Amino acid sequence: MGRIALNGVTKSFGVTEVIPPLDLVIEDGEFTVFVGPSGCGKSTLLRLIAGLEDTTSGRIEIDGVDATGTPPAKRGLAMVFQSYALYPHMSVRRNIAFPLRMAGLDRAEIDRRVTEAASALNLTDHLDRRPGQLSGGQRQRVAIGRAIVREPAAFLFDEPLSNLDAALRVGMRIEISELHGRLATTMIYVTHDQVEAMTMADRIVVLRAGLIEQVGSPLELYREPRNLFVAGFIGSPRMNFIDGASAREHGAATIGVRPEHIEIDPDGPWEGRIGIGEHLGSDTFLRVHDTGLADTLTVRAGGEVGLKTGARARFRPMPDKIHRFDEGGARIG
Amino acid sequence: MARSITPRRKILTTAAAWAVGILIFFPIYWTILTSFKTEAQAINDPPLFLFFDWTLENYSVVQERSDYMRFLWNSLIVAGGSTLLGILVAVPAAWSMAFVPSRRTKDVLLWMLSTKMLPAVGVLYPISLIFVRFGLLDTRAGLIAVLMLVNLPIIVWMLYTYFKEIPGEILEAARMDGAGLKEEILHVLTPMAVPGIASTILLNVILAWNEAFWTLNLTAAKAAPLTAFIASYSSPEGLFFAKLSAASTMAIAPILILGWFSQKQLVRGLTFGAVK
Repeated sequence: MGRIALNGVTKSFGVTEVIPPLDLVIEDGEFTVFVGPSGCGKSTLLRLIAGLEDTTSGRIEIDGVDATGTPPAKRGLAMVFQSYALYPHMSVRRNIAFPLRMAGLDRAEIDRRVTEAASALNLTDHLDRRPGQLSGGQRQRVAIGRAIVREPAAFLFDEPLSNLDAALRVGMRIEISELHGRLATTMIYVTHDQVEAMTMADRIVVLRAGLIEQVGSPLELYREPRNLFVAGFIGSPRMNFIDGASAREHGAATIGVRPEHIEIDPDGPWEGRIGIGEHLGSDTFLRVHDTGLADTLTVRAGGEVGLKTGARARFRPMPDKIHRFDEGGARIG
Repeated sequence: MARSITPRRKILTTAAAWAVGILIFFPIYWTILTSFKTEAQAINDPPLFLFFDWTLENYSVVQERSDYMRFLWNSLIVAGGSTLLGILVAVPAAWSMAFVPSRRTKDVLLWMLSTKMLPAVGVLYPISLIFVRFGLLDTRAGLIAVLMLVNLPIIVWMLYTYFKEIPGEILEAARMDGAGLKEEILHVLTPMAVPGIASTILLNVILAWNEAFWTLNLTAAKAAPLTAFIASYSSPEGLFFAKLSAASTMAIAPILILGWFSQKQLVRGLTFGAVK
């Protein structure tokens, strides 16, 4: 079981309030991702749940029990750190066994669980090596192994993939998702990478300056961002924002259209000059200038679009995919 | 930026390094050499470098006149005891400064270090009074206490620097893994800090071994360590260079051997933290 509830949790460092009063419930078995730009308080929030930081006020409940003052060792949570934080002086086997030794399990049971975790994570051949002799991906798997052997109430991941190269990151992303599918344990995952958030989460919590901007499933956030910040943060490449007259036509202060919701159409209402084209093979992202709408519009075109840099073209936004925002940046309708 | 090393440059730097090394080692070499000369040869002009009648006479005279083993034993106890006591006090202090710093931690560290800038003679009188009052004059316990206090700032600073190098996340991981404070220090921090603790111990033994001001001023006969042993050959009967040299050689031999065998550890320990 691993239901985590935060009630009016705040955190200040000296006079600086990092987390203003915050309420959030993470249901048992859910994969929740905290996402936001650096300094938004997502890691602090995770560390508050872990018990590595003390709350300034408010209550943290784990499975209905008040854990606000409980030391990290007694919360029954496991954490995977960005730097892996393996014990450099211990072999892989002893690293994975460490939490079980601390829990006072007998040797046979420790051996059984370590062997099991190692084979699940493809680490069997490396059990007697030191962390220093492993690659980044293997180290991260050891860190995950150390977390899963204790069968915790919830897993906390603090940007676990940021130290890996791009190819490995995709692979580990899938491994962690599969792990969640297999264990069905609550997982809280902190990242600044919205692609990780979109691909892994059951539910995303978007944070800015310690405030929750929106909570929802990846598609909810993509389809109905509650404000300009979420609209700009979720989706890649970023949503195009247009204000001024074109926005007022739609009865909004700002309208937003995602690159994938703009079509090339000789009869379209928007016109501009093609700038740089980013060819990904399957798609091409065109930067369009001189539209009179915004500095640059990003438009997704097919993989082998025939438009050259400098050419002029006309575009049409899909009418039902236009997001409208008021002066304060909040979603209309 | 990489700088190319030409053969000429290499020869020059090697020669310079040897020159400095020889310059630093010369007094020790001269002392050892003189200890094998007769008193007349010791003050011969021009100085004799290699070609003289090598003799062990000085060593037997020194051994006859004073009980080397007793001084050695005192040195061992005082250097070892003050170091162990210092480590026991300094590990928790350095741990708290490195991992749970407060706003005043930096000030406390600097203040501790500033006590090393005070001339020792400035507190000789009060400390002597305390020693007289508590019956500590010429006792090993008294010396252990004083040397521990004198070297404590250095021990704390060194340990603090080593502990700072240990990533806090690893200790946090231990906490998440269910380790209490005791397990954290025992199973994670200490094993990771062993090289640092070892070089701190080594350096401190050397400092305590060589300390002359307090050991000479606070001892007479019973607790006198090797520094007093050397000093006893420098004044009362006029200067006897060869015997003084023999006494000095005997006094520095143990620490020289210790330093020789641990030089790698010492160099690593002292540059640790300087190079990331």
